[in-house]
Amino acid sequence: MSLIKHIQPTVVSLAVFTVLFGGVYPLATTAIVQTAFHDKAEGSLIRDGQTVIGSRLIGQNFSQPQYLWGRLSATGPAPYNAAASSGSNYGVNNPALIEAAKARRDALNLTGPVPVDLLTASGSGLDPHISPAAAAVQVPRIAAARHMPEQRVRDAIAAATQTPDFGVLGEARVNVLEVNLRLDGRLK
Amino acid sequence: MFLGITSAGWLQLVLYMAALTALAVPLGGYVARVLSGQRNWLSPVFTRVEGLIYAMGDVRPDQDMTWKDYAAAVILFSFGGFILLFGLLLTQGVLPLNPQHLPNLTPDLAFNTAVSFVTNTNWQSYAGETTLSYFSQMVGLTVQNFVSAAVGIAVLAALIRGLTGQTTDKLGNFWVDLVRINLYILLPLALIVAVALSSQGVIQTFASYVTAHTLEGASQTIAVGPVASQEAIKMLGTNGGGFFNTNSAHPFENPTPLSNLIEMLSILLIPAALCFTFGKMIGDRRQGIAIFAAMTLVFVPLTAACIGLEQAGNPHLVAAGADTAPNMEGPATAQAGGNMEGKDTRFGIANSAIWATATTAASNGSVNAMHDSFTPLGGLIPMILMQFGEVIYGGVGSGLYGMLVFVILTVFIAGLMVGRTPEYLGKKIGAFEIKMASMAVLLPCALVLICTAVAVLTPWGQAGIYNPGAQGFSEVLYAFTSAANNNGSAFAGLSANTPFYNSLLGLCMLFGRFFVLLPVLAIAGSLAAKRTVPASAGTLPTHTPLFVVFLIGVIVLVGVLTYAPALVLGPVIEHLNLIKG
Repeated sequence: MSLIKHIQPTVVSLAVFTVLFGGVYPLATTAIVQTAFHDKAEGSLIRDGQTVIGSRLIGQNFSQPQYLWGRLSATGPAPYNAAASSGSNYGVNNPALIEAAKARRDALNLTGPVPVDLLTASGSGLDPHISPAAAAVQVPRIAAARHMPEQRVRDAIAAATQTPDFGVLGEARVNVLEVNLRLDGRLK
Repeated sequence: MFLGITSAGWLQLVLYMAALTALAVPLGGYVARVLSGQRNWLSPVFTRVEGLIYAMGDVRPDQDMTWKDYAAAVILFSFGGFILLFGLLLTQGVLPLNPQHLPNLTPDLAFNTAVSFVTNTNWQSYAGETTLSYFSQMVGLTVQNFVSAAVGIAVLAALIRGLTGQTTDKLGNFWVDLVRINLYILLPLALIVAVALSSQGVIQTFASYVTAHTLEGASQTIAVGPVASQEAIKMLGTNGGGFFNTNSAHPFENPTPLSNLIEMLSILLIPAALCFTFGKMIGDRRQGIAIFAAMTLVFVPLTAACIGLEQAGNPHLVAAGADTAPNMEGPATAQAGGNMEGKDTRFGIANSAIWATATTAASNGSVNAMHDSFTPLGGLIPMILMQFGEVIYGGVGSGLYGMLVFVILTVFIAGLMVGRTPEYLGKKIGAFEIKMASMAVLLPCALVLICTAVAVLTPWGQAGIYNPGAQGFSEVLYAFTSAANNNGSAFAGLSANTPFYNSLLGLCMLFGRFFVLLPVLAIAGSLAAKRTVPASAGTLPTHTPLFVVFLIGVIVLVGVLTYAPALVLGPVIEHLNLIKG
């Protein structure tokens, strides 16, 4: 056994793999997917003319009454900071978890139990969705703030609702940004 | 609802296991062909590349190595990879593809990250989008994602050759194994998965971060990057280091339930397939099936338990006014319910819990939900799966060679109980093999417990703790469990990016990798030198249900006896505090 004779294969293999997996492979992937799925590869961005409004996949912070609200977000320094994703990492017994839930409940000003996803922070801090149940409880507030019939709000929600993929995978979900774009008349 | 799990949850668990098995069996056969040096359907593409690498590296592919030679090559290759990555992270500020002008990493963070990726752990002390340039992610991390995985499979191949060899000291050629695994197995799989993930919305771009003008008039900076190419090998190579801080919870890493399924399958695909590779290479498929069965019989009940515990939810949140009952009644009022803190809506409870157990059963360590926010017992399950030594599927290669160490211990214990000479696959198990196997099993355990004690007793360790009470202890226990067993997931409340944690966790990763890998190669060398004796009436068959149960018993006993006191101090106390209300 000698280490010396392994030096050359080490150097050569590291060089080859760095070129192959650090260069050729990611560039080939980029070439394929930028051709096949250009918009998705760029981040599923939603534009209004030249201005980027957001991404279909990245949640935005909504706190005004006329908008549908999403999950709580624990990113810092502000919620839904898409340059620094983060969950809250609160343990189940952490008083801060309970305080955050109660504060959200008070802000929603609802009677009766509130769907749990509306009172809790997502893992990514950028969750673009809420559950259909969490959207439904917000309909009266949005309709009142917009002086619009509740059915129109429900229609906007229904248009942005996805059922589980293939009927089995994942959960039913409502894309919050999409609902709000529809309510503002910026997405047909 | 059955056992606290919705029917949709059960269906997804069954689908997952069925799809995993259906993919693992054929892949296992293909991997066996690659490791045996046989021609396969990719040979026309890569034979010349292979030959070119051997020529440049002065490798004679037909020249087999002794176990010591093989080990020396593994060590030197890993050390070279470490130096390269360490240097790259320390100088990323002056390197290209850094549109956000991110600065060089601190030495302790560069050390931790380099060790983490070379040892196939991929612990995240770094926060991807705020720490690492595109160049570091692509040319640094992605490369190690491939080659550290290949090293694990190579060592497994050497062990299999040790089990089948007859009075030889040759275990194959490390360089040939390394090149073939990378080219014929990892590269094509990664390319397929990367494209599949992109079709779901995983991004792949070299643009700078995007600025969006939100509906409420704020400005939102959206981090982007070449994610898909790294995501694919991150999942396939049981690596798990995320492009973004929140890993596969981030919608750009894992946008849909379908991308989630592809990624979850990628976690366990190669580790599960290697069981069938093993059966084929030793010429007795039943042996591989028995090991796959033992892994599955531990995995599925623990996964179901984790789903049920998370679906049960947090009574504190119910008291605060939350409705946590799952509702599948029609699309207008559906919700996942349960403990949704730290979980994303599209994954809900079932997919977050299945991921948590899969990623810790394998030494993947990626997350799609925040484990620190799991219920105490729901979070105990990922922890114990790592504490079993990462052998329930485990890391690519390392999981199965770890499992074979447990098999050797099991035949030894069984032999003691019935007074038979222990043997496995016709090879007599002697004192040397048992010494090496004990070292491989016990060293990670000792690292976890000693380092956890050191951290909770010193101010540097205490400073990183985030959650109050017993959960704080669990964060530290989880961190060292994850590092010493080369997993990489975290109770991420812990502030681990400090010189203390970066150094100590880095050392745990190094020892946890190489002081298992080296004894395994020693066992391979020792077994290769022996002759296979034909089975007799006195031979304990190792493919029977009885043996599978006995093997599970040994794994569970070692894990539980070692860690029960520590688990009581953390998750169990936290659970008692939860139900007390």
